[in-house]
Amino acid sequence: MNRTVEAATLPEADRSPALREWVAFARRLARRRTALFGLIVVALVIVTALTAAWLSPFDPTEQDIGNRLKPPGWRDTAGQLHPLGTDHLGRDLLARVLFGTQPALMVGFAAVLISGMLGMMAGLLSGYFGGRIDDVLMRLADVQLAFPFVLLAIAVIGLLGPSLSVIIVVIGVSSWVVYARVVRGAVLSLREREFVQAAHALGSRDGRVLVRHILPNVFTPWLVVATLDMARVIVIESALSFLGLGVQPPNPTWGAMLADGRVYISTAWWLATFPGLAILVTVLGINLFGDGLRDTLDPRLQV
Amino acid sequence: MKIYLARRLLQSLLVLLGVSFVVFFILHLTGDPALVLLPPDATAEEILRFREAMGFTDPFLVQYGRFLAGALRGDFGQSLRHGEPAFGLVVERMPATFELSGAALLLALGLAIPTGIVSAVRRNTVIDYVSTVGALLGQSMPTFWLGIMLILIFSVQLSLLPSSGRGTPQHLILPSITLGLFTTARIMRLTRSGMLEVLDQDYIRTARAKGVADPPIVWKHALKNAAIPIVTIVGIELGTLLGGAVITETIFAWPGVGRLSVQAIYNRDYPVVQAAVFLLASTFVLVNLVVDVVYTYLDPRIRLR
Repeated sequence: MNRTVEAATLPEADRSPALREWVAFARRLARRRTALFGLIVVALVIVTALTAAWLSPFDPTEQDIGNRLKPPGWRDTAGQLHPLGTDHLGRDLLARVLFGTQPALMVGFAAVLISGMLGMMAGLLSGYFGGRIDDVLMRLADVQLAFPFVLLAIAVIGLLGPSLSVIIVVIGVSSWVVYARVVRGAVLSLREREFVQAAHALGSRDGRVLVRHILPNVFTPWLVVATLDMARVIVIESALSFLGLGVQPPNPTWGAMLADGRVYISTAWWLATFPGLAILVTVLGINLFGDGLRDTLDPRLQV
Repeated sequence: MKIYLARRLLQSLLVLLGVSFVVFFILHLTGDPALVLLPPDATAEEILRFREAMGFTDPFLVQYGRFLAGALRGDFGQSLRHGEPAFGLVVERMPATFELSGAALLLALGLAIPTGIVSAVRRNTVIDYVSTVGALLGQSMPTFWLGIMLILIFSVQLSLLPSSGRGTPQHLILPSITLGLFTTARIMRLTRSGMLEVLDQDYIRTARAKGVADPPIVWKHALKNAAIPIVTIVGIELGTLLGGAVITETIFAWPGVGRLSVQAIYNRDYPVVQAAVFLLASTFVLVNLVVDVVYTYLDPRIRLR
């Protein structure tokens, strides 16, 4: 009841149609409680990454060998609380978990951007032009999918040497297939629609039709794929760090912290538990948000 | 039908050709394969001689042709660390990886399909909520963390199950749960949404109207149609499992191809890495070919194309 009154009294006419659509979309999304919860979690993780230096009570790389492997809730001699305890080098675990958001999100955003753009291009070309281009690109996609991803990634990173940019490029370049397939599918049906035919009839060239008429209409499914793929990329980044092929120490990454924690599994359970929880919460938040986004924007999309 | 199968076979061969090229190319990523294959303290003269002996000075395509000819005969060169043919080392480890992936897949199917069906049939009940949330958690949990937590609980705290190695059925329990959980979650969600869609169709309503009881509707009429997307994803999920085995095997010291290749990467033993990547990718392509053939029997619409 309240909602309809509110909607009616708002000066809708003042807004542009595009804005109005976005507002309506945001309202629909906000009504899905799980999606809203996911969005809040993601927002908190992003804020944490941006303000880690200010949020964190300790330096994540400062060692204190005398006070190694202290349990959660331990207070040091200065009376300062270490809520999650310390690791095998006496570093504050909470500080490391907080700073761990940075490489995770950085790799997540950058890799998704790369694979998303590659996949968008491949999908547009493949769906729009069809024929030879389509055949070649889709066979390439099959080749890409045939590889056990983690194995190929670690083989390449092992050769080139692990660094932030190598990790981003390797994940980014090898994750384009999902985007390409979803975009291609959308383009195939858009190509036959009246407004596209009309654009052709009016003399628009292929490039213009693709960019002005098709691209805006495949953006929504693309966005859904990108959101859900981000969750996958963050898990892969932590898996690579876990194997020692991620961002190198002493910089804290959740995966590397887990690898350390595994060594001390029988004496210090908190070392492996908390970084894993951080990954779980982040990925869960992204997945919930992505699911909500899909259900709101494009319920028939199979991702 | 025959044309479809022939085309599908040709496609698989093309994909394998692509796979072989990528595997060949891995060694050339740094620009100089001789530096990758020789120990870091090799002298300039040794490097030159090695390059000549291995034919790295030949044109690129000639080298690829030689690699492909070798790969077809199962010759990926000698392991730098073990001094044995790399292909044999990998093949030796394949059964362990198949055992683990197979167990994980069985676990996933056995758990996911019934849960997915019940979840769809009893939509919006407690059972549905619990299994949906469970699936969501399963999809968001990193494999390696799950493995470590299982070790912490069942091996360290309760001393119930072994945390590493292979041999007895007990050894298989924790690794297969670890590897299978993500796939379980995926298949469960797919089964649920597939069933929901099918249960809404006219022919189900017709069957109901004709007085067919609930169980046959679910098991005979609905599941048969909901099974089609599940079969497709099983092939794709096998890729996830073979890839995921790399990490699971490392955590549980499972003597499979995954662990072998991670060790080979640390040792820069690239012939073994190449053989492992090639064999795992080929397995994936073959399984998907088989899945597609099975698929044509399940879904006659494809046979007609």
